[in-house]
This record gives sequence, structure tokens and C-alpha cells, in this order.
Amino acid sequence: MSDRKLPAPQPNAETETFWDAASNGVLKIKRCGDCNQAHYYPRAICPHCGSAKTEWIDTAGNGEIYSVSVMRRGEGAPFAVAYVTLDEGPAMLTNIVADDFDSLAIGQRVEVVFTPTEDGAPPVPMFTPRGG
Amino acid sequence: MSLRNAAYIAGAFEHPTRLAPDKTTPQLHAECAAGALADAGLSIEDVDGYFCATDAPGFGPISMVDYLGLRVRHTDSTEMGGCTYIQHVAHAAEAIAAGKCKVALITLAGRPRSENVMRFRPGAPEQAFEQWIGLTNHTSYGMCAVRHMHEFGTTSEQLAWIKVAASHHAQHNEHAMLPKVVSVEDVLESPMIADPLHRLDCCVTTDGGGALVVVAPEIAKTLNRPLIALRGAGEATKGPSGGLGLDLTVSAAARSGPAAFAEAGVTPADIKYASIYDSFTITVLIQLEDLGFCAKGEGGKFVADGNLISGTGKLPFNTDGGGLCNNHPMFRGGITKVIEAVRQLRGEAHPAVQVPNCDLAVATGIGGSLGARHGAATVILERQS
Repeated sequence: MSDRKLPAPQPNAETETFWDAASNGVLKIKRCGDCNQAHYYPRAICPHCGSAKTEWIDTAGNGEIYSVSVMRRGEGAPFAVAYVTLDEGPAMLTNIVADDFDSLAIGQRVEVVFTPTEDGAPPVPMFTPRGG
Repeated sequence: MSLRNAAYIAGAFEHPTRLAPDKTTPQLHAECAAGALADAGLSIEDVDGYFCATDAPGFGPISMVDYLGLRVRHTDSTEMGGCTYIQHVAHAAEAIAAGKCKVALITLAGRPRSENVMRFRPGAPEQAFEQWIGLTNHTSYGMCAVRHMHEFGTTSEQLAWIKVAASHHAQHNEHAMLPKVVSVEDVLESPMIADPLHRLDCCVTTDGGGALVVVAPEIAKTLNRPLIALRGAGEATKGPSGGLGLDLTVSAAARSGPAAFAEAGVTPADIKYASIYDSFTITVLIQLEDLGFCAKGEGGKFVADGNLISGTGKLPFNTDGGGLCNNHPMFRGGITKVIEAVRQLRGEAHPAVQVPNCDLAVATGIGGSLGARHGAATVILERQS
């Protein structure tokens, strides 16, 4: 893990449920009651169909790497930026926490690991190789 | 309403500076404006439309129109990141076609080498979910390259050929930031920045700017300059859109490009010269596929072995050296893409890279973050007699 300083997320009316859940170790996303499709990052209005009938669902916090790029230079490097496709459907931009960045690969199974930011602020959802 | 022949590019100017510690950004805008107007044979009094993006100093057109001493009846500060100025050409043509102006001035300038330039835009809806990731353009475009390699077998050697071709052109440009010819090995041996992009897969950072003058047909025909018509244009945006159906191997240019070709009534096979936004090597490869110069997944083979080098390759691209070697002022390469296309169509490119009988060109670009949210703009330009 790098010593990168992580800015605290600022919850707002659309997202405070997400960040409250994050503080309790649960990764929530939203699903639409009309089109039944899930989305991330969470919005009040469904980005797939425009319905306001979006509801929070708990994910299992599991997914696989869609793509990953390791930043090799600059402040806090190295660290891995990735899209992880959740088992519930949506892909999310995130970081991969790993001891060996060179071993990360597309298709690799990962699980959520909530990583602290600043004191009193919610943690953020990163991922790490399963069983690794 | 079609934009075909709705407007002509009468003036184009690329500021020669690449490092401007002793000038201000508004001053660079003004110098670029003066350069493009002189190129067109027009004066500041002729300008009745002004275009800049949201990076322009102060309050966009409100500040810049006053600073430049313009008297305009139409302004536009459409923002599409680095490709904005390609889009501005089309928007200027729309305004001209609608009778809102006859002489549109487009300016860009900035000094990212000489001063801290704020690039992060607070308040974006995704901010809380992405600000902590450390997503820079290097990792954003890097993820696109990793995925392209995974799906299609594209190699770092193939990406390196894009830089090699740009460097072959830059050697003839006295203003180029990196005028030295490089080899595939040079690219692969340069330091890794963000997998799989090496330092030489990345564009330069420069102070500087550029300007364009887009005019109504009746104005163009009174000027003593070659007639460079807008023949077609397209624009599009793309993002993760909720995370379903993510495909990092396809850009918004897959919609802006075909729209521009359809309006122009031509195909990629008709194009003599291509300005392709080259923030990174992968940016070029994905746009070549998305515009239809080759099939999706075939970009690696298309760019290899010097196929983009003027005089030897099938598709001469970025003959000024592009963003990869020449200039990427204010992190925004859209305007230099249009400027070099205009040079080629006029026959005013460097003789070593001038495409013979270059009468049809494309300028296309990506703005924003290719791996996250980005826009694309494409124009087809034609020299008329």
C-alpha cells in the first residue's frame, strides 16, 4: 500500500446512504425499480432510463478486474487504478490494493476493502485480489 | 441544415513559443488572435464572433472580448477539453449559417510550464467516488491501452510506431519541442509512466496557443487565401454511464467521426491527410479505428512499420510533429490539429512532409479523459478552387 494521501469523500443528499454503509463495511449501489438495471456511482435518477424510482441494494463486494494501469511515477507511486466489474453488474473506477502490482491482470477476481481516508470521514471502496 | 460549405477557415496561427515565462496568458491569446487575423488578411474590427473555452482567463468571453478589444454580436464558450477547438470550427459554422456572425475568431493559450494551472474541476457529480483514486490521464489512457492489448493483441511496439512517425515529422519543424527522430526501441526503453505507457508514449507539455478565423463564404471569396471549406462535422461524448456495457476500446470518435464523414459525403479512403489528436499513442490508435481507417482491433497493424509517415506511409498524420513531439499548449491539442490540416490543404506544410495535391483532410480529437468521461470532435476540411 502506498502512502498516498486520500482526500475524504464529501457525502451529499444523493450519496450519504452510500457513505454511511461504507463506514459499516458494506458496498451499496443503486438499482432502478422501473428498468431493473443497477448503476454506479449512485444517483437519485436512474442514468439508464431516467426514472426516480432508484433504490439502494447491498452488493457482496465481489467482482473482477476489467482493466488496470499501475502509476509508476510521481507522488504516492506505485498505485493501481482499475475498473472492477461487480458481480451485480456495474463497473466502478477504483484502486487495487496489492503487494505485487505486476501480478494484477484483467479477469482477476477481487473483493472490496474499505480504506481509511481522514479521521472522522468515511473510508473509500478499494479492491484487493481474493485470497491474496 | 448541413454545414457543408457553410463556412471557411481563412486564418490559422500557431504561436511559435513553447515556453513563455515572460508573457501572460491573455497576452498569448492576443498574439494568437493577431497572428490568425493577419494570416486571413482581416483585422480585429472585422471580428463579430468570438470563441474560447472555459480555460480562458477570467470569465470566458466576457473577460476576453473586453481584453482583446473586440466588438462582437456572438460568443461561444463550449467546452470539450482538448478537442474543443475542432468543435468550435463547427459551432462557428453553425453560427455563421444562422446569420449570427460572419467572422468568428477562436483562440486558445496557456502556460502550464510557467505557472500552476488548475485542471481539477470541483463539484463534478462523480467527485466523491473518484477524487481519491489518483486517476490521471496517464492511468486513464493506460487502462484503455491495457484493455486494447487484452482484446486485440495490440503491442507496445505497435504503439511506439505512432511516436516514431510523429518524430519523423517533427524533425522538420523548427518550433517542435522534441525535434529528434526516435526509434521503436527508444520509446520502449523510456521510463514506464503508467502501464503500458512509456514516457515517449505521452505528449509534450507546452506553453503557447493558437487561433483560427472562420468566415462566411462571401467573406472567404474576397480574401486572397486558398479556400478551405468545412465539409462535415460531428461531435459526441462518452462516459461509464452508470457502469453497464463499459468498453474502453471504443471512443466517442466512433460517433463523431461517422457523423462528420456522412455530412461530408466522403469516406476515410478519400482522406489525403489526417490530424489525429495524440495526447498519447493509444489515443491515435483508437481514433483511427473509430473513424474507420481500419477495423476495430486492427489499429496496431495499421500504424506499424511507418504507415503514418508522410511520403512513405499510406496515411500521413500530424505532419507538424503533433502533440507527441511538437506542441500541446495548455494540455489542449485541438487547435494545432486544425492548424496543420489547414497548412496541408493550402500546400503550406513543410516541403519535406507536404502531402501532394492535398485537397481533403480530417481533423479529429478527444477531450477529457478517454478512460472515464470524454468528448470527441471531428471535422472534414476541403480545399476548393
